[in-house]
Amino acid sequence: MTIKHVSAAVLAAAGLTVAIPATAQADELVLYCSVQEEWCRAMSEAFQRETGINVLMTRRSSGETYAQIAAEAEQPRGDVWWGGTGDPHLQAAQEGLTAEYRSPMLEQMQDWSVRQAETSGYRTVGIYAGGLGFGYNSELVTENPPACWADLLDSRFADDVQVANPNSSGTSYTMLATMVQLMGEDEAFAYLAELHNNISQYTQSGSAPIRAAATGETAIGIVFMHDAVAQTVQGAPIVAVAPCEGTGYEVGSMSIIEGGPNPDAAQTFYDWALTPEAQEIGAANNSFQIPSNVNSATPEAAPRLEDITLIDYNFALYGSSEERSRLLQRWDADIGSLPQ
Amino acid sequence: MARFSLTSDRAGVAWLGLLALSLAAFPWYKGVPLVSGPASSALAEALSGRGWFWPLIAAVAALGMVSLTRRWQQSMLALGLTLGALVVFIWQGFAVGLRGPSAEWVGAAFALAGDGQAGLGWGGFLAGIALVGLLSDLVAARGFCRGERFAAFCITAIVALLTVFVFFPILKLGVAAFIDPDGNLALATFWSRLSAPDLWGMRCFVGAGRCGVVVNTVVLGVLSASLATALGLALALLVNRTDFRAKRALRAISILPIITPPFVVGVAIILLFGRTGLVTGWGADLMGVRPSRWVYGLPGILIAQVLAFAPVTFLVLLSTLEAINPTLEEAARTLGAKATTTFRTVTWPLLRPGLAAAFLLAFIESLADFGNPIVLGGGYEVLSVKIFFAVVGARYDLGNAATLAMILLALTLIAFWLQMRWMGKKSYVTVTGKSDAGLAAPLPPILKIAVLAVVLPWVVFTLAVYIIIAAGGFVTDIGRWDLTPTLGHLVTAFRFEIAETGLELYGSAWDSMLTTLWVAGIAAPLTTLVGILTAWLVARQDFAGRRAFEFGTMLSFAIPGTVVGVSYVAAFNIPPVDITGTAAILIICFIFRNMPVGMRAGLAALAQIDKSMEEASQTMGAGGATTLRRVVLPLIRPAVFTALVYSFVTAMTAVSAVIFLVSARHNMATAYIMGRVEAGEYALAIAYSAVLMIVMILCVAVIQFIVGTRKLGRRQELQGRAATEPAE
Repeated sequence: MTIKHVSAAVLAAAGLTVAIPATAQADELVLYCSVQEEWCRAMSEAFQRETGINVLMTRRSSGETYAQIAAEAEQPRGDVWWGGTGDPHLQAAQEGLTAEYRSPMLEQMQDWSVRQAETSGYRTVGIYAGGLGFGYNSELVTENPPACWADLLDSRFADDVQVANPNSSGTSYTMLATMVQLMGEDEAFAYLAELHNNISQYTQSGSAPIRAAATGETAIGIVFMHDAVAQTVQGAPIVAVAPCEGTGYEVGSMSIIEGGPNPDAAQTFYDWALTPEAQEIGAANNSFQIPSNVNSATPEAAPRLEDITLIDYNFALYGSSEERSRLLQRWDADIGSLPQ
Repeated sequence: MARFSLTSDRAGVAWLGLLALSLAAFPWYKGVPLVSGPASSALAEALSGRGWFWPLIAAVAALGMVSLTRRWQQSMLALGLTLGALVVFIWQGFAVGLRGPSAEWVGAAFALAGDGQAGLGWGGFLAGIALVGLLSDLVAARGFCRGERFAAFCITAIVALLTVFVFFPILKLGVAAFIDPDGNLALATFWSRLSAPDLWGMRCFVGAGRCGVVVNTVVLGVLSASLATALGLALALLVNRTDFRAKRALRAISILPIITPPFVVGVAIILLFGRTGLVTGWGADLMGVRPSRWVYGLPGILIAQVLAFAPVTFLVLLSTLEAINPTLEEAARTLGAKATTTFRTVTWPLLRPGLAAAFLLAFIESLADFGNPIVLGGGYEVLSVKIFFAVVGARYDLGNAATLAMILLALTLIAFWLQMRWMGKKSYVTVTGKSDAGLAAPLPPILKIAVLAVVLPWVVFTLAVYIIIAAGGFVTDIGRWDLTPTLGHLVTAFRFEIAETGLELYGSAWDSMLTTLWVAGIAAPLTTLVGILTAWLVARQDFAGRRAFEFGTMLSFAIPGTVVGVSYVAAFNIPPVDITGTAAILIICFIFRNMPVGMRAGLAALAQIDKSMEEASQTMGAGGATTLRRVVLPLIRPAVFTALVYSFVTAMTAVSAVIFLVSARHNMATAYIMGRVEAGEYALAIAYSAVLMIVMILCVAVIQFIVGTRKLGRRQELQGRAATEPAE
């Protein structure tokens, strides 16, 4: 019994000491990162090596990070929110959760990045862009591959197309907004209703469709093209397609959190992250988006925005909470309720 | 000097002393080390101008003076002053927030309120504990719990902890369901969310479309719980009532699913049964049909959940079965009943507490399950996932999440109430303290065949799943059936070097693994302590509000993890309890979420133990604490073991609550795995999970060693075999 008494006592003592919260040290940066784990880690380590500031990085998806920042609003714990699709950043700017900052690096940014900053009142800035499209499994779709949105309606793809549910995924919401801007709202919903006959599953996660296509669980996945390219580079038989009628795109963003514990370190990171050296870290970490600094090298495998027919995506309108809610409610009523 | 104990009358003075010390000698606010002493105590703060401490100090001083009178613990004045002190203590925590006073008159009355105040530290928390202790002592002196001080303290302490760490965050969030972001009461919105047609539709029963989310959730829960309980019962019967030869192997295999991290089983099931899965491929070739995606939806989730919950039901039912008094069964046999009649009329009714507990646990776990529906759900929507995406989806809607969480809570309430009704007020006592040298009846042959027919396919299936999981970590990409062996994934996760400075850990997974281990290691014993203590209080102590107390402890378990996570961040991000970003918030979250399992297991076990043994102990002079420690605990060892194992592995594998509570310094294994699964790196996730599982197996073995086995003085053989045993 003595061993057990002692071990119990040790555990209890350890438990008590845990309640003491750690105090913040000088020269730290609390980073909320919303891209893949390796890219996050590589960015933190590079910044730490460059400036000596200790980076405390947490990785969560963009929706989770937005919820975290909103919940922590009364005593913000984070300094910078880096990465993740642009819409939650715009929402955070709308809610006043992020701080206004005009970086000196803005002059070197692509115009879609600067537009993002202007839309949000300079509370966010674009750090990468990626076009929407789809990827198909070349072993399952051997002849006459699809090249346009209209091709996806073909009955030979019945039960073979996957896309995410727009309520849970920013990727899929971008597709919905793209269709509305491409065709007009009623026509877009007619298209989606017809596409519904080919949809095998509305996945929860935005990039799950292309993962399913990579393993052969489905033939076509509608995702951002850089997600499809990432699968190809890993050896999957996936071909990425930019739809011929035109397509939308996302602008991955970065914001400084209002009231964070280390505002100076936050601005240092912000400026550093917009330099070409920092932006090229993505290419080495399996990321194929287009970086926003005009001097940054674009990853070789990345689909070039010039090669894609892009629509003039209205981020201000379709990023606002009201329009988003309205479209999602219509989707729930018109598409989400259809029998599978 | 007489020995000091909680049960003596000097306890009241001790609590008062601690209260005075924490006000005068310990630093009140967080972030100040203990050694700086009285300079930052509440008294010092009050003297330097933070006047809102004076009411509390005055109340404590008055209490000090009252304590000088005789029999002060029974006086109304003392009770009134203590309650007042408690109220003022809570008030001063909320009156002045981080950035200033929360009400105008506070700012007007106290000039320094404009500077705000930090969260509670050593002094604050100790004062809170002392106040609770003093209150419990006073109510015990007035007859609560029949004067049993230890029990009164436990009840008061647990109620206080529940109020702070369960009710407060949930109420704060629940308010969001009724009040819109602008601060106005929005009952119409609440009603429209509650009655949304996509929640309650019943069209699937008539084959005309999809059913509502709530209907889906209930159907899944009931099916899952029934199948898991049946499977658990079959396993328990096989292990305890037959001479099946591979019992130890069976016990080991049945524990495996408990220690599996989330998503992994889902991925393995897809590999077996998905459209490109092994079994689907064989089946399709055999029957000449095109491979279909049948596993995505209710079938897949059901398979994964039954696999995951069978161990818990097995453990609960096994401990119930082992405790059934064989003398009763022997008596039935002696009176001429056949084996089937004995089972039906004696054994089965006595199993009720176990069956009820197992079903309830499995049902609630199914309601709260998040990882399996996400991976395997297809278009089958359930509440837990809908709540998650109400928070992190394309539309951040905390009000909707809160409303849906209320529905989930209501479902749990109903299940809990039904379980109580079914158990009824009968007695299930079978462990009496008198010697029972009887032998348990073996299973009737027909039942034995049925049990084997259920268990053997399940064993084959479980082994197949875990072989895939084990292999997946060591081949290049099992998702695409690329089976070239490689240690690459293990290296990525767990690379280490032995340098001159010692062991250097480079892999990306070390951080989360080590943090998870020690957080779980601290949370598990505390969770078990609270759970078993609560079970003892509910089962053995008689006090006003017992049923409400029992139900209150279940609340945190029933609420989905996402909601708990977000509500904890919102509630504990600001003073007075300011612990976001620390390990403490993770540990506390685990304690209150997992405590009900220990409590249900403890209650089921205690229902079988006769009170006469504890009464004998107390008649001979032992207090409540001693009786608990030396009489009750050894008798309910299996329940303690279940509670420890469950709370440990749940802490190691919890997902949805943890997402919002992890911070850079305290990252948990499941957040890491989820990130990998999201990125499509299944092989890395599986490799990490395989290592995590091996670690957990070792820990379960350690727990088994520490807890030990219960010795009931019963014989292990079954009837009909005893004739061949040599006489002792």
